[in-house]
Amino acid sequence: MSVLVLLKMVPDVVEELEVSADGKSLDTSFLRTILNERDDHALEQALLLKERHGGKITVIALDAPDMDDVLFTALAKGADRAVKVTDVPEGLTTHAAARLCAQVIATGPGLLPVDLVLTGVQALDDLDGLSAPLLAQQLDFAYLGVVTGVAVDASGQGATVIKEYAGGVRGEFAVRLPAVLGAQAAEKPPRYVPVAKVRAAMKAQAIETVPAPGSGAGAALVEVQQMAKPVVSSHAEMLEGSPEEVAGKFCELLAKRGLL
Amino acid sequence: MAGNIWVLAETWRGQVTETALELMALGREVAGQLGVPLEAVLLGHNARPLASSLGAADTVLYADHAAFAEPTPEAGALVQLIKERRPHAVLVPWTNLSMDIGALAAAHLEVPFVNGCKDLKAEGGALVAQCVVYGGKLEAAVTATTTPALFGVLPGSRSADAGRVDKMPPVVDVAVIMPEPKVRFSRYLEPETGDVDITQQDVLVAVGRGIQTKDNIDLAEALAVTLGGAVCGSRPVIDQGWLSLSRQVGKSGMQVKPKLYLMLGISGAPEHIEGMKDAQLIVAVNTDAAAPIFNIAHYGIVGDALEIAPALTEAVKSKKG
Repeated sequence: MSVLVLLKMVPDVVEELEVSADGKSLDTSFLRTILNERDDHALEQALLLKERHGGKITVIALDAPDMDDVLFTALAKGADRAVKVTDVPEGLTTHAAARLCAQVIATGPGLLPVDLVLTGVQALDDLDGLSAPLLAQQLDFAYLGVVTGVAVDASGQGATVIKEYAGGVRGEFAVRLPAVLGAQAAEKPPRYVPVAKVRAAMKAQAIETVPAPGSGAGAALVEVQQMAKPVVSSHAEMLEGSPEEVAGKFCELLAKRGLL
Repeated sequence: MAGNIWVLAETWRGQVTETALELMALGREVAGQLGVPLEAVLLGHNARPLASSLGAADTVLYADHAAFAEPTPEAGALVQLIKERRPHAVLVPWTNLSMDIGALAAAHLEVPFVNGCKDLKAEGGALVAQCVVYGGKLEAAVTATTTPALFGVLPGSRSADAGRVDKMPPVVDVAVIMPEPKVRFSRYLEPETGDVDITQQDVLVAVGRGIQTKDNIDLAEALAVTLGGAVCGSRPVIDQGWLSLSRQVGKSGMQVKPKLYLMLGISGAPEHIEGMKDAQLIVAVNTDAAAPIFNIAHYGIVGDALEIAPALTEAVKSKKG
């Protein structure tokens, strides 16, 4: 079985985010980026499938700062190949990025045939579309999103896929392969890999590079008129002081409301 | 002349959803601003009577197909209708249920699916969406450069009551061709039972990423027990396997309305807020003074949940004697 996992870096929202001087985009000058959390789950799901069914995992990413570390980490976790797409045009739309990934998959060395393409169901910086369904459409593969579990049938022609709804209800689907799945969460938390193992991967394995097919950044499908911090209509009344003082104030609040 | 405004009238287990009704209210406003009709698109099987919940629409476009008897991500019918009838915009619920179909339809049509809209209005003939980006840290006013365009609208944009008009609107039957599906619904998996029902608790202590480790959840548990409530959590905690799925609050989890919702180390991602915003009293503890949750909470404490939680437990214990 061959599984491709698409990985993407996104802004780390634990950090304070600032808007650029143009008032329309994110200020990237001091931006810390991390692997899209949903993509990390997509990778974990692929690793679980490999443990169960064998096969080969290839991780693919468009070049970005710190991408090599992420790709070596994926290799250390058990991915077999890592492919980095270089010379990526600036300001790619989500549609154009999906088109580019589809071209890389179609033309990159030994990437087809593929049974499953796993990637995060969404990324924090998606605005004009969602990567996974766009990719499915480009490749003419089946698609299901908000996925939390995958089992490949013995025939290898299909998969049983779990999708999450609201209120804790999930749906089970029969999906024809090949398919693109938008991962919400893997069946288990993403595994931890020690730094030493990542260093060993850096020494023993290599990241393959593929230049981006020259399809450009794509015509913008949306225009950002303005970007700003949310206008705050209300703000919490802050309880201040030492933990003990704060706790005292908290109790007063509860007492006033008959909750103590 | 602009095309019509459409709302994808999402249904779940035989009912039009609350989110779909919210979008009907929003769609009514937007259609009014543009001076065009509002049409609801109802994809179902033997579901024609549901049109009576969609009285806010000028017309209901009803497509009956066996493929719509159960949830499906297949977007062929929606794509066909959009191509045939060229609406100005399609408002799609930004929910686990409808996100797939909206995104796939937009992919087929090579038009935008504007993500995470919390509001939408017409300005000079164009629709401007107010979108939540970067996990709620920023917001963007966004226009689409094409028509039609699809807009993924977050739950809570309007009240469902505002979209609930009890009259049978004119229903137009539309024929759709659904290709052989690549994805077939098999069955529902119901939530685990036997655990605490967090929707029935008066007091919930909610833990998020800031709780750091599974063992630290004991601190929240102690506080919850002291307050006579239960522990619940946000997505990252559930994904880590630190709490069971039945304890999840938010978009994919439960909607809760307790008397007290005490949050430890939850920054306030829009998906979580969706599940708890109607709690009567919201108190948030977070190390980041700029965390979005302080714009939602009634009371806030800037501090480490690992220090604050035990202090709260002690204080409540001593008050109770």
